[in-house]
Amino acid sequence: MNTTTDPFQERSEAAVKDKKLRANFLSAMNGLMEKRDLAFDDKTQLEALRILGAQVRQNSLVKLPELLVELETKLIQKGVQVHWAQTPTEAVDIIQSITLKEKATKIIKGKSMVSEEIHLNDKMEQIGVECLESDLGEYIVQLAKETPSHIVMPAIHKNTAEIADLLHEKTGIERKEDALYMTEQARLQLRQNFMEADIGLSGVNFAVAETGTLCLVENEGNGRLTTTVPKTHIAIMGIEKVVEKLEDTAPLLSLLTRSATGQPITTYFNMISGPRKEDELDGPESVHLVLLDHGRTQMYQDDELLDTLRCIRCAACMNHCPVYTRIGGHAYGFTYPGPIGKILMPHLEGLDETQSLPTASSLCGACAEVCPVKIPIPDLLVRLREEANHPNAQSSNVKGAGVKRRGMEPVIWSMWRWWHQGGTRYRLMTTTLSRLRFLQPGTLSPWTNTRTLPKLAKKTFHQQMNARAKK
Amino acid sequence: MPVHHFIPDDSLVDSLSDDLSSPLKLYPSKPKKVYVFGTCLVDLFYPEAGMSGVLLLEHAGVEVLFPQDQTCCGQPAYTSGYKEEARSVALAQMSLFNEEYPIVVPSGSCGGMMKMHYPRLFEGTEYDQQAQEFSERIYELTDFLVHVCDLPLVDQGEQTKIALHTSCSSRREMKTTDSGKALLKQLKNVNLVEPEKVTECCGFGGAFSVRHPEISNAMVKDKLDHLSNTKADTFLSSDCGCLMNIKGAAEKDKSALTLRSGEHLLSFVARRVGLIEGGSE
Ligand code: SF4
Repeated sequence: MNTTTDPFQERSEAAVKDKKLRANFLSAMNGLMEKRDLAFDDKTQLEALRILGAQVRQNSLVKLPELLVELETKLIQKGVQVHWAQTPTEAVDIIQSITLKEKATKIIKGKSMVSEEIHLNDKMEQIGVECLESDLGEYIVQLAKETPSHIVMPAIHKNTAEIADLLHEKTGIERKEDALYMTEQARLQLRQNFMEADIGLSGVNFAVAETGTLCLVENEGNGRLTTTVPKTHIAIMGIEKVVEKLEDTAPLLSLLTRSATGQPITTYFNMISGPRKEDELDGPESVHLVLLDHGRTQMYQDDELLDTLRCIRCAACMNHCPVYTRIGGHAYGFTYPGPIGKILMPHLEGLDETQSLPTASSLCGACAEVCPVKIPIPDLLVRLREEANHPNAQSSNVKGAGVKRRGMEPVIWSMWRWWHQGGTRYRLMTTTLSRLRFLQPGTLSPWTNTRTLPKLAKKTFHQQMNARAKK
Repeated sequence: MPVHHFIPDDSLVDSLSDDLSSPLKLYPSKPKKVYVFGTCLVDLFYPEAGMSGVLLLEHAGVEVLFPQDQTCCGQPAYTSGYKEEARSVALAQMSLFNEEYPIVVPSGSCGGMMKMHYPRLFEGTEYDQQAQEFSERIYELTDFLVHVCDLPLVDQGEQTKIALHTSCSSRREMKTTDSGKALLKQLKNVNLVEPEKVTECCGFGGAFSVRHPEISNAMVKDKLDHLSNTKADTFLSSDCGCLMNIKGAAEKDKSALTLRSGEHLLSFVARRVGLIEGGSE
């Protein structure tokens, strides 16, 4: 078995040893699990809603190409400029050229995981444009020069004391471990940024094809400000976020907020349908939408892997994942951590770059049990493990397939097959093993670093059953 | 607002309805004979658990058949992404249980593999139908004892406090978590306690525990703490993988331990009702 250390292994080992980090995550995830549980107190209703949610998402995926065209048409009719990007680089180029055209130097951002996916902040900085995060969690993470460690709560890895230190050091405000005070101070700083920014950039939770509406779910009001105060608004989304009808958003919204934070509904649900009209008092003068592929069409082409695209980014799978709880989001080393990250990142970055992710799961199934749109995450993990061992990589459309088809592993598994395929040889081997049990090694690392080895039985079950049959 | 209809996708609806249909799980009436699938871990490490299962079945008046050529359900290869290898081994197993009797398995995890994953493994192959029919005959052993055998248990042991570890596969695949409890509740001198975070994985996951030992270790340590905190005399599991993992951690770290190191639920039950002798293995 391959146990050489890779970057994921190193990072996760370090994370497991970081006691403070583990305590932060454990308590945060415990809280989130409890809240979700309370929000879904009627299990039958939850189940019915999950079925509906999964159907709504599946329905829009089945019709994805048509719905995207319809969305584009509707948005253009309403004056939104629609851009298509196949790769992160293309998406960045589009945003950079809008910025240059608008002669913008400052972008205020609402929360957007897709912008993290394309590493927008760094890329904009390279051309001298400043991106300022306005979501409180993102703002904290940005001050710390880090990336989000959770897709809904980006700064969840930090406790109040750490945040108080950070705000004091970076912004000079008085150090008080008081969430309300800190929020108030941050808000004052952010207000200024909203007024000064030339462009507001946001993500999209659902895009409705029927009406050409971009929906944005948020709690802090920063999303509303981002999309209305600056004179230009750029929205960015993965192509899978489209839904067919306006009414589709109702079950999804309900599932999203309750799965994510246990809220029955969020404070804000923004529905954006174009730039300011002539007789309107506010709103941006121009609105752009960037539609990003980045490996998504690769999933789209496969009946099974397609299920990944149902995801509504609620993070319930992370909150309930025993692995995520113990290593936190940064250890994964990619934009999307946790169970969804393990099945999504291999498509975005290729299996060769992400080969440890699908293996880093005990397949316990907690993620699939809570997923509001019923994504069979463990099955997809097994599928991706298979893709990593793909004997003929050319016949797979998963980027990086076959990366593990080398070394001793395939040999070991064919030996294993040979051993377990025939009853006689199997019994011969197992009987010999149990006879030679006195030779059994006492240690077998890494198993025995923290556990004892189970002792081989004196007589195998087969032998005992055989002896009985003969009596 | 007009109601609109989705594209009907039967396969999706079927797969989506799994959770809802599970309470309606169907059981056969008590058969004369059953097959036992021993599993490779039982075979090599915990034969006592297998024997206990057999004795309990016989105690219920059911004759046990044990095809000697059985080996492993194929799960290790399957979850490692070696589907071809898993398929060959699974196929060898499927050819051994030819009579119509139910096949009972003393492990939620191997049971889950044979019940839930064999049909997937052979989907679209010439063995599709065979795998489907085979999987319908698979039962987890404790579940079978409770729901099919209606086994009367007379507790002969002393007063004891027991913590039960329920495995993820019995919870989420086989949906048999309550069966172990139901068996133990019949034992009048057994005080069953539930550890905190009972639904959380123990961190075994087969190759996962070897590939990612640090994470797995953090998980099993926490599991052990929760079990120890119950102040139970020992803990039980009806899954050999979990048992190997938690027991191994408990024996390594004796200082953290307030409970005896654990055993298979079937061995415990068989001992309590006098079918096997001796103390904990
Ligand atoms: S995979 Fe499911 S649970 Fe995880 S973020 Fe996506 S929708 Fe939520």
